[in-house]
Amino acid sequence: MATHTEQLTRVAVQLRGLTRSFDGRTVLDGIDLDIPAGQFVALLGHSGSGKSTLLRAVAGLDHEVVGSGRLTAPERVSVVFQDSRLLPWRRVLDNVLLGTDGEDRGREALAEVGLQGRERAWPNELSGGEAQRAALARSLVREPELLLADEPFGALDALTRIKMHALLRELWKRHQPSVLLVTHDVDEAIVLADRVLVLEQGRIGLDLTIDRPHPRSYRDPLLGEYRERLLAALGVTEDHA
Amino acid sequence: MTTTEAAVTVAPAKDTPQVRRRRRLSPGRRLPAARLAGPVLLLALWAAASAAGQLDPAAIPAPWTVVRTGAHLWTDGTLPTDILTSLQRAATGFVIGLVAGVVLALASGLSRTGEALIDGTVNLNRAIPTLGLIPLFILWLGIGETFKVAIIAIVVYIPIYLNTHAALSGIDHRFVELAEVQGLSRFAFVRQIVVPGALPGFFVGLRLGVTGSWLGLVVLEQINATSGLGYMMFQAQNYGQSDVILVGLVVYGVFGLVSDSAVRLVERRVLSWRRTLSS
Repeated sequence: MATHTEQLTRVAVQLRGLTRSFDGRTVLDGIDLDIPAGQFVALLGHSGSGKSTLLRAVAGLDHEVVGSGRLTAPERVSVVFQDSRLLPWRRVLDNVLLGTDGEDRGREALAEVGLQGRERAWPNELSGGEAQRAALARSLVREPELLLADEPFGALDALTRIKMHALLRELWKRHQPSVLLVTHDVDEAIVLADRVLVLEQGRIGLDLTIDRPHPRSYRDPLLGEYRERLLAALGVTEDHA
Repeated sequence: MTTTEAAVTVAPAKDTPQVRRRRRLSPGRRLPAARLAGPVLLLALWAAASAAGQLDPAAIPAPWTVVRTGAHLWTDGTLPTDILTSLQRAATGFVIGLVAGVVLALASGLSRTGEALIDGTVNLNRAIPTLGLIPLFILWLGIGETFKVAIIAIVVYIPIYLNTHAALSGIDHRFVELAEVQGLSRFAFVRQIVVPGALPGFFVGLRLGVTGSWLGLVVLEQINATSGLGYMMFQAQNYGQSDVILVGLVVYGVFGLVSDSAVRLVERRVLSWRRTLSS
């Protein structure tokens, strides 16, 4: 954390008493949260803990949800979903440029995610990992101040996921957006994020800063400690016996 | 040495059964020009039966008689005139029905007010067999071209409306969300997501509409007409000219086939992104 202090002074996302409920069931229960500009935050939680609800609230996608509280977010926000959500009737480059223009910028973004030469391909022709890379390129083109990612690697195979972790981290280093990554994968959160939040019953149960250098290895024993604290916060005990 | 090696490799085959390929349950590879095979066989049977004198020429004339009659009707100018009249009716009705179907589907698919006003009305219209409207339309519009075009337009607009509307309202919600995230304007959303997403459904409706326009035409021309292909066939029935009737049927068939192929060709061009799935 200390290494980034100078650029973490400005707050990108601010939540004050954010409450959301579905059919009378409170999903988010008065959440207060500050995300400084340029911070990489992972949000962990059981399924149904409200982590996607929180992300959708920050993205402004919760049209018909009952709720209260104050929420500020930057103007340029990009969202990466679990599915790549590429329009099948547009070629990859046109998908990347959806809602913006600037063909050169689109080509650059595709090159950044390692998809140069695939500009004219149809989304059907891409593998799952390639499609998710294209989705990342689409979110990058807009030069987001805040990148919201809702289990972006959840549908990928383990090998592809590892490659995508490295790619995301590299893109973050280059563009320095604030990142809010929703995941249920503790290891993914530890390897990628500088700060991990655990959402428990509509509240932030644990706010953990992970002060380890990158790139991180799954085998780093110090990360093991973080891992145990996070699992404990999630109510999971590991039995190695 | 080589023989012993061979003996070694062969040996396991004695105790473990050799893998036999399973019986294939799919129909296998497609035959070349498969779609033509059936009709050609039918034509051959017809020709053979006629040549053998097994068919009553008054009921089913030989293929070559039909061809000769067709050529004769063509050269004396009646067939081209009849075809032109029929084509004009079908095309005018089709274009009006196409425009109406698309406009109504867009209005009803893109706004809740439009849906409330239009969708129920069209479905009510669909419940009434269009050909049952003929007597009323003759009273309203007279027995001229207008009523024929109007009936064809109705026959065409209904399938185009239904399929386009279904496709419009079936646009994946995830894509709507994506459009919101990417900050698309309402117009850009319609142009870049709604319309391309609804095109496959529209083409289904279009093909049904094209077939419907020919169907309506045949009925209209045989009930109340003084010109056109149907009229020609109706007259031939009175004079017992089965060869002329067959000429009319062949022309209808050719037009139906050509228009359907044309729509499919356009569909394949426009929906080229889908080809990667089927090939």
